[in-house]
Amino acid sequence: MPSNEVIQGLGLDDYKFGFVTDSEPVFRTRPGLDADIVRQISARKDEPEWMLKRRLKALKIYEAKPMPKWGGDLSELQETLDQTYFYVKPQEQMERSWDDVPDSIKETFERLGIPEAERKILAGVGAQYDSEMVYHSLKEEWEAKGVIFDSIEDGLKNHPELFRKHFGTVIPAADNKFAALNSAVWSGGSFVYIPPGVRLDTPLQAYFRVNQERLGQFERTLIIAGEGSRAHYIEGCTAPVYSTDSFHSGVIEIVVERDAYFRYTTIQNWSNNMYNLVTQRALVRQGAHMEWLDGNLGSKLTMKYPSCYLMGEGAHGDILSIAYAGDGQHQDTGGKVIHVAPNTSSSIVSKSISKGTGRSSYRGLCKVYDGATNAKSNVECDALLINETSRTDTFPYIEIDERSASIGHEATVSKVGDEQLFYLMSRGMDEAEAMALIVRGFIEPIAKELPLEYAVELNRLIELEMEGSVG
Amino acid sequence: MGKSPLLSVTGLSARVADEEIDILRGVDLAIRPGETHAIMGPNGSGKSTLAKVVAGHPTYETTGGSVALRGEDLLEMEPDERSQAGVFMAFQYPIAIPGVSIANFLRTALQARLEDGEELDLFDFQELLMERMELLEMDPAFAQRPVNDGFSGGEKKRNEILQMAVLKPALALMDETDSGLDIDALRVVAHGVNRLREENPEMAVLLITHYQRILNHVIPDVVHVMYRGRIVESGGPEVAMELEARGYEEYRKAHVA
Ligand SMILES: Nc1ncnc2c1ncn2[C@@H]1O[C@H](COP(=O)(O)OP(=O)(O)OP(=O)(O)O)[C@@H](O)[C@H]1O
Ligand SMILES: [Mg+2]
Repeated sequence: MPSNEVIQGLGLDDYKFGFVTDSEPVFRTRPGLDADIVRQISARKDEPEWMLKRRLKALKIYEAKPMPKWGGDLSELQETLDQTYFYVKPQEQMERSWDDVPDSIKETFERLGIPEAERKILAGVGAQYDSEMVYHSLKEEWEAKGVIFDSIEDGLKNHPELFRKHFGTVIPAADNKFAALNSAVWSGGSFVYIPPGVRLDTPLQAYFRVNQERLGQFERTLIIAGEGSRAHYIEGCTAPVYSTDSFHSGVIEIVVERDAYFRYTTIQNWSNNMYNLVTQRALVRQGAHMEWLDGNLGSKLTMKYPSCYLMGEGAHGDILSIAYAGDGQHQDTGGKVIHVAPNTSSSIVSKSISKGTGRSSYRGLCKVYDGATNAKSNVECDALLINETSRTDTFPYIEIDERSASIGHEATVSKVGDEQLFYLMSRGMDEAEAMALIVRGFIEPIAKELPLEYAVELNRLIELEMEGSVG
Repeated sequence: MGKSPLLSVTGLSARVADEEIDILRGVDLAIRPGETHAIMGPNGSGKSTLAKVVAGHPTYETTGGSVALRGEDLLEMEPDERSQAGVFMAFQYPIAIPGVSIANFLRTALQARLEDGEELDLFDFQELLMERMELLEMDPAFAQRPVNDGFSGGEKKRNEILQMAVLKPALALMDETDSGLDIDALRVVAHGVNRLREENPEMAVLLITHYQRILNHVIPDVVHVMYRGRIVESGGPEVAMELEARGYEEYRKAHVA
């Protein structure tokens, strides 16, 4: 991501959006889903037989499982699914015309100060990214250390054994209906391997994977952090991802081997028609440390609960999440921590903001298995309501089968108060600026964990959102 | 006294919105540029209400009279517009803004004063902030603390004066800034206020207090006594001395009579 200064230095106003549509025919499967479509996807990707079998098996599981009855309102989802193209060849996916992107999204890009090239990528209309140069030098450094950072398709092609060993082990198709769906039709995503003992200072950013398959509707990411390694992976961006797709269902699997440290950061801002149902889970081995940093903005409904399975003694998991629910949106998010081994510890910090008729729900699970002695877990969820019509609820599930466990749970709900607003306004800020500052303060404990350029973008986005919140 | 008033309050009455009874019941007050006025008065007499109505607190509605700054109707303006026009209120009970550092807060407040497209110079800002903190004998690390969050009573008051020193208002309304300050802190804060008055001889101060002590440091031109929503007496610094000795008994009697 370019820094703020870089963005400003680009003189955005000089840009013209003269993007020409490529008129080549587009390959995509017909709407809806059946075994034939799964076969087409697998054939297009030139996959080995075992993967096709896996996909077909997953499809059966998907068809057999009922729609979840909990979480958000999924009653209209089937209709959406019937109209979904489950596979669109990525190359063509890129070649949507800039003219098709709604003005509201273009305007947001402009006001966020995002350079033209990046705007097009975000809108799914461009393929080239400014930082190709940066990427190449990093890539050399990574390759020298034996790090693999590929598209998921290339991962399967180029590293078949490693891939097969781990794929589907963290999140089996049978885990839930949408994991099954993803396992049947996945396309796009990253494959990452960090060799034992390797420590990376620069985060691996999904954006750097230029000219490869982009994050798709059914993205699948598999990450293996080798013993004693240390790395940070970043996916997404705070600018709205414009997409004509109305359904996104990703699966992110991470294995954090013994004594390794891995952080996965996502900030995503989907367009408001989108169902966003993602399964992300990490297996955390002995003495290892996993951190999820998860930001969810936009969408119609997001259901997303990053989880840490603390499998080895002394394993530690942190889940930090921010959710922002604007008008008509429902963010059903939180986290799961599963303590399987002794002396494991975890913390969940979840902050949500609801504006207008937005609704945010915290849904979390803390489970401690018998024998996971001295497990410690702490959950803190704070909700901030901007308007009288905004809504929040919490659903903390706690299942403890071990007497020595120590579990803390704390939840707060606050409203932006007249006194706070007046205090800031009496210092010269208008109502929207005052509101944005209060919201920024509220998410600060999490935003400070973000790379600077992400934090800057997040702040600016909140400012834009707050402009709409005052009468 | 040839100057026209900076602040003129005439026949001002105000109440909590949707309530029946006026808290301010006809306040008249004129403060000229460069003047310092003190307001004293018993608890609940309406001193804070007066300051908040002048600053534009949304809880109150005015039921009569007018408030003007340099002849301009303040009551028509939003609180932020009043602030930008030069009004500053040091709160009696400052509120916490969790997660927002003092530095960030003040930077945002200064940025809000600039024209669209103009960017605050961060080096200039940092310099100003540090210089102002030094004036008020504050530890620079304090600027990184979230505004009023977990502050002691005295720290909150000092933070109010820091904001005032950074924002450089034309009219400073100081609501019991002296309460809760220890003896040394009181001296430091008073010194800070005096420095601001020297820097800007046109700055007017309305100082609400219960104690004569601060008036030894920040010497008022006029002392007013507020009683039950009205200014019932105005005079020189000697009024404060007398009050210290006699209390509010005579006003109480007069009111009953
Ligand atoms: N928001 C409010 N809601 C209800 N009553 C209020 C409110 N604000 C002020 N009042 C009432 O108006 C009266 C004057 O209050 P105000 O705070 O102005 O007094 P004060 O002179 O500043 O007192 P003190 O010296 O104790 O600070 C009091 O009776 C108070 O209870
Ligand atoms: Mg008061």
